[in-house]
Amino acid sequence: MSILLYSVLTLGTLGLIYGLGLAFASKKFHVEIDPKIEEINEILPGVNCGACGYPGCAAYAEAVVGKGAEINLCAPGGDEVIKHIAEIMGMEATTADRKVAIIHCQSGGKDNTKFKYIYHGIETCKAAILVSGGPNACNYGCVYQYDCVRACKFDAMDIDDNGMIIVNNDNCTGCGACAIACPRDLIEMVSITKRVHILCTSHDKGAVSRKVCGNNTACIACTLCVKKCPVDAITMDENLAIIDYDKCIVCGLCADVCPTSAIFDPLKEARVQKKAAAKAKAEAMKKKIEEQKAEENKEEK
Amino acid sequence: MEFVGKILFMAVMAIFVQNFVLMRFLGLCPYIGVSKKLDSAIGMGMAVIFVMTMASTFTWLIHTYLLIPLHIEFLQTIAFILTIASLVQLVEMVIQKTAPALYKSLGVFLPLITTNCAVLGVAILNIQSEYNFLFAILNGLFGGIGFTLVLILMAGIRERLERAELPVSMKGMPISMIVAGSMALAFLGFSGLKF
Repeated sequence: MSILLYSVLTLGTLGLIYGLGLAFASKKFHVEIDPKIEEINEILPGVNCGACGYPGCAAYAEAVVGKGAEINLCAPGGDEVIKHIAEIMGMEATTADRKVAIIHCQSGGKDNTKFKYIYHGIETCKAAILVSGGPNACNYGCVYQYDCVRACKFDAMDIDDNGMIIVNNDNCTGCGACAIACPRDLIEMVSITKRVHILCTSHDKGAVSRKVCGNNTACIACTLCVKKCPVDAITMDENLAIIDYDKCIVCGLCADVCPTSAIFDPLKEARVQKKAAAKAKAEAMKKKIEEQKAEENKEEK
Repeated sequence: MEFVGKILFMAVMAIFVQNFVLMRFLGLCPYIGVSKKLDSAIGMGMAVIFVMTMASTFTWLIHTYLLIPLHIEFLQTIAFILTIASLVQLVEMVIQKTAPALYKSLGVFLPLITTNCAVLGVAILNIQSEYNFLFAILNGLFGGIGFTLVLILMAGIRERLERAELPVSMKGMPISMIVAGSMALAFLGFSGLKF
């Protein structure tokens, strides 16, 4: 009987002492944690993508409060999250320069792409490019096994009827997962304000790259764009023109001179129309002035 | 001199010959779970050394001055678990307050060790082997060092394996199991040591 009593008493007392000790310790060693960290952590999307440069959302929340990190680094959260963080921190919201994915290849989808052989292997780009330089005639182009589409967590990459991958800028958060997934480094994260892109990554000599490109839109290293660029933003790197987006002013002049349409400028049509309109207007003015002059001459006579 | 010799003998026994992970098969969960990266392996190892030493100290005191006089040694396991769990909690709080840097590197691993069988194992082995107070503490310390050594070796090997060209079916856990087995075989060689 005494053993039963002792065991109950001993364990009870031990538990009690430990419990009280811990309760006391938690009071005594209480560490104040900034409630802002918790608040910001709740607002962040919680996908832990790492686009902000910190290992996960919690670490970023801590960095914002503790180390004064920029409040506009969360790419997936977008403007909404930045606004909330600004409210919590009592700072003014500064919109981040939003980045979206650009695919530097427009070989024209499965129908247009020229193939060396038909690939029937494991359906990933990483495997496809291993077999004698990939199924494409072009050793730099997209092989259409869609590793990037699978890597996208935000449904921002669509595949059209022809197998081309189309980036949906509205959904793209600029997290860069697709760029990491692409074994040919075709995808780059570029500010959404920079609209002019060189959609080719071929370092082959001009004649070769023109021949193998399914869409005939390869960069043939003619260097016309380099000469035309008013701000020297384009440089040649082993037979390939590369735009320095920090310098680019999105004037579209390079896209105008490119003989193979390797440079993509979505504003080109608008620009052409604007130019044509301006030209028509100028001509109309000229005509009007001439008519007026003619009338004046008539009157003088 | 005899005393130093005894301690050295104990160190070799606890670290190599009767390694907690590979010979006694205690603490296998962190051995596989936390050995993916060298950094976290070192953090976990340090936490285990610390907690094992502390646990040895306190459980020995509890056993000798509480359980034996009352003749309730059968409560050993539950009393030890209780002690270790509260001890780890307490240590966690103290570290968080006094050494935030240490807390950051150990913090995640401390709760993991609360009910680790290697920690409970060392406490019970101390009693079974009838060590005195000093040797119980040393056994905890050396046991922890042995655990850390194996964990760091494993993490180093697994970091290399990440980049090795392996058949797809062998990647990840299967090759880790094979490595763990080979390491256990290698450590078996130490049991031939004669003093």
